[in-house]
Amino acid sequence: MNDMTPVETTLKDWETDQEVRWCPGCGDYAILKAVQRTLPKLGADPKNTVFVSGIGCSSRFPYYVESYGFHTIHGRAPAVATGVKLANPDLDVWIVTGDGDGMSIGGNHTMHVLRRNLDCQILLFNNEIYGLTKGQASPTSRLGTRSPTTPAGSYDRPAKACAFALGAGARFVARGFDVSKKLPEVLEAAYRHKGAAFVEIYQNCIVYNKDVFDGFAAPKGAEDHQLWLENGEPMLFAGSTKGISLNRDTLRLEVVDVVDGDWKSAGVIVHDVTNRSVAHMLVEIPFPEFPKALGVLYDDPRPTFEGEVAAEKARLSEGKEPNLAALLSKGQSWKVEESGPVEL
Amino acid sequence: MATQTAERTAETEQPQAVVVRFAGDSGDGMQLTGGQFTLSTALAGNDLATFPDFPAEIRAPQGTLFGVSAFQINFGSTDVDTAGDAPDVLVAMNPAALKVNLSALKPGGLIIVDEGEFSKRNLDKAKYDVSPLDDDTLAQFTVLRLDISARTMEAVKPFGLGNKEALRCKNMWTLGLALWMFDRSRQPIHDWLKAKFAKAPELAEANIAALDAGHAYGETAELAGPLRQVHLDPVPTAPGLYRTLTGAEAIALGLVAGARLLRLPMFFGGYPITPASAILHHLVRMKEFNVTTFQAEDEIAAICAAIGASYAGSLGVTSSSGPGIALKTEAIGLGIMTELPLVIVNSQRGGPSTGLPTKTEQSDLYQAVYGRNGDAPMPVVAARSPADAFECAIEACRIAVQYMTPVMLLTDGYIANAAEPWKVPNPDAFERFPAEFLSEKNGPEETLLPYKRNELGARPWIKPGTPELMHRIGGIEKAVDTGHIDYSPGNHQAMTDARQNKIANIHVSDQQVSVGTKGGRLAVVGWGSTYGPIHQAVHRARRKGLDVSHIHIRHIWPLPANLGELLKSYEQVLVPEMNTGQLKTLLRDQYLVDARPLTKTSGQPFQIAELEAAIAKYFDGIPGNEGGEVEPNDAQLPSPKAVNP
Repeated sequence: MNDMTPVETTLKDWETDQEVRWCPGCGDYAILKAVQRTLPKLGADPKNTVFVSGIGCSSRFPYYVESYGFHTIHGRAPAVATGVKLANPDLDVWIVTGDGDGMSIGGNHTMHVLRRNLDCQILLFNNEIYGLTKGQASPTSRLGTRSPTTPAGSYDRPAKACAFALGAGARFVARGFDVSKKLPEVLEAAYRHKGAAFVEIYQNCIVYNKDVFDGFAAPKGAEDHQLWLENGEPMLFAGSTKGISLNRDTLRLEVVDVVDGDWKSAGVIVHDVTNRSVAHMLVEIPFPEFPKALGVLYDDPRPTFEGEVAAEKARLSEGKEPNLAALLSKGQSWKVEESGPVEL
Repeated sequence: MATQTAERTAETEQPQAVVVRFAGDSGDGMQLTGGQFTLSTALAGNDLATFPDFPAEIRAPQGTLFGVSAFQINFGSTDVDTAGDAPDVLVAMNPAALKVNLSALKPGGLIIVDEGEFSKRNLDKAKYDVSPLDDDTLAQFTVLRLDISARTMEAVKPFGLGNKEALRCKNMWTLGLALWMFDRSRQPIHDWLKAKFAKAPELAEANIAALDAGHAYGETAELAGPLRQVHLDPVPTAPGLYRTLTGAEAIALGLVAGARLLRLPMFFGGYPITPASAILHHLVRMKEFNVTTFQAEDEIAAICAAIGASYAGSLGVTSSSGPGIALKTEAIGLGIMTELPLVIVNSQRGGPSTGLPTKTEQSDLYQAVYGRNGDAPMPVVAARSPADAFECAIEACRIAVQYMTPVMLLTDGYIANAAEPWKVPNPDAFERFPAEFLSEKNGPEETLLPYKRNELGARPWIKPGTPELMHRIGGIEKAVDTGHIDYSPGNHQAMTDARQNKIANIHVSDQQVSVGTKGGRLAVVGWGSTYGPIHQAVHRARRKGLDVSHIHIRHIWPLPANLGELLKSYEQVLVPEMNTGQLKTLLRDQYLVDARPLTKTSGQPFQIAELEAAIAKYFDGIPGNEGGEVEPNDAQLPSPKAVNP
């Protein structure tokens, strides 16, 4: 986010005249609506908003948002976005990427934009498959995923996007899924965070990896399988009949039963978004043994990259005049008079 | 002195130019010695050209053949265009330096060796069975054996340095001797040492003492030995302010000047690579000129960030060398497709792959002109010298913004590292070409047309942050005018044509003849850093009465409009290049001229003599011998045999 004056807009203001070209029923539609619904709430200004994307289904996103948009090349959106933000820190920069784009071909850039802490929102649409290239296994595909390139089931271990982000030094990590009503809240939190905000959004690819997230995302049983994290609130799910506790002997998280709402005596921990250690545990807990941790997992800002770049530029320019004639003649120079050279 | 000189005037025996090569271990400070000798030479009013030649390893094992670092300087009382063919004087700080560089020396040349380094151990490392000082290896040269190590130790004794630190002053002793030989003032070096070691005055004093001792030795030895002082008159030069300039500095300055003339902030994305890194090193110290530098995570990120910055309204610049440019290729295509300004500097080095990181070559011409997927035309400008690199950088900035396109600026390892005197230009005299951004809708009925072209074929530059002009761009084919996604056949044809025509019609100045005349028997056509040797060789050939002219091309793409007609005005066209014939192919393709290649890929610049010999063949009347490939001349090159016997 930037510190500009809020602007009043409606959802309609953020829609372009372009025909949306995702498959009917694709989770991307829901994410697009969630973003278009969130932007007016944020007071975002279309003229100061830039969506930058890489390649893949998700990366068509900028064409459908009435703001500035740059659909770049495979995996490189974070790098392009870095240039945009450094050139004009007043812009709100959103990066839209997918599991192939952001975790595979562009994994390096994802890592560096996070560790540098460029002020931007990174929306990683994770559908655990390469959709636009017709369904190959992706770096987040589960073991055994059958695809045109893995006919006997995939055997390379999947990467965990949020664990990767934390490992890279992210100061904001959150999770949501396409059709979740809470997605706009997650997006809003990401926007409010000053610095790189990483949001993994589980997205249903209805053609190549249909319903792969139904285990926690389907409305039926959602209560039992979704752990929505709220800062300062106990980690409860299943209608507050269950919670997450830290076993002090094994130093592992575990699921505990909560009787009569007495989560304290059940040892349920209270979510502290600035607790990095617990965040590391939350992104690693396995499903379905545990519920899926959703919402803002971690949020603890640090100085931003563009701020540091500007500060360094100011430090190095201090007291110096941008005098081109002086610059050109700097260094080991001498003057040639009619009589011959003279050292300066 | 027994030295032969590169050129002598007919009337007197006074040399007009001298070539000196300092060679030592990569830890011996030879580049520093060379650099300071260059400054004192410039101050003496001689014209000069230098050639630093150092290994890719930062600190190769001491005393080894592959750890030898050399610095050659050619200076004279007439115009000097090259670093010289064969040295008149070789300063060898150890046996390995002697071995690697000996074959380059002129017969009868002077060798100054540090005898103190010719120990059994060092001779073994240099793979000498017998010391070359003790057999007839050096019979055809004048040899001055000095225990420079011991003399240096003696000179710096009063300063109480440790052994290692004391020996480090050896290069200053040697420099002192060289300053005496060529009648140079010591004062600038004294000043420089005092500034360099401001925080360690004892080191400054010790180095000054070593320098003075070397100088004093020259005076004393003249009375008894083979040493003689040589004085070269200053070159008559136009009055004005001068400085020494390397290609890397020139590009940094040219980019800053270009951005100023455009009234734009500059964004430079780079990733460390030899020999391009020096440009970034210079630019980080010029931030007061609204320069933002970004050391990216890789070559791809460096160019992508530059593209992002251009999109946001800065002048995006990135720089690399061949392998790094290869990585940037896809992003260059994005810049071409989205029609954003971008300057890409390629400091060429020997290839393919990692190739020769510190050696020079011109083998990225195909990469620059053709090396992308799809029909992806891009302007290419090639600098011929450090001073020319300054102008070429400004030219690249101008083309990039006026035509909304990536531009590649080709330079090479030789230009990047070599220094030459430069008459500092007056920036007020430069033509200004301020960039323009679209500020309101440009289509009928209040519509925005991000791809509506102007008379140059360029689309408008639209900065995010501008009200009412929100739009989307990307690497997918875009519809004419609107820029919406459009894959239709007619549209792709139209957009391909539009991109092609825009670049083909870029206005570049007509090709001039550097030396000679339009029309005649032979044109020698070059580009880039071969300018100096071609220029000299053609001059010499013309003095012998041969009808030969020199044409040097700055605009590799698009080529100057008059070039085809110009080339066809000669009976023969010879194209010397430090590659296997890339410009030759381009010229044949564009003009159907029978351009003949003269190629060299040894990592070393052309020698004047090699080119003279090649030119002469056109006048020999030997059938079938026109423009044949000339073998690299082992007289200058440390041949593989000499290095690994």
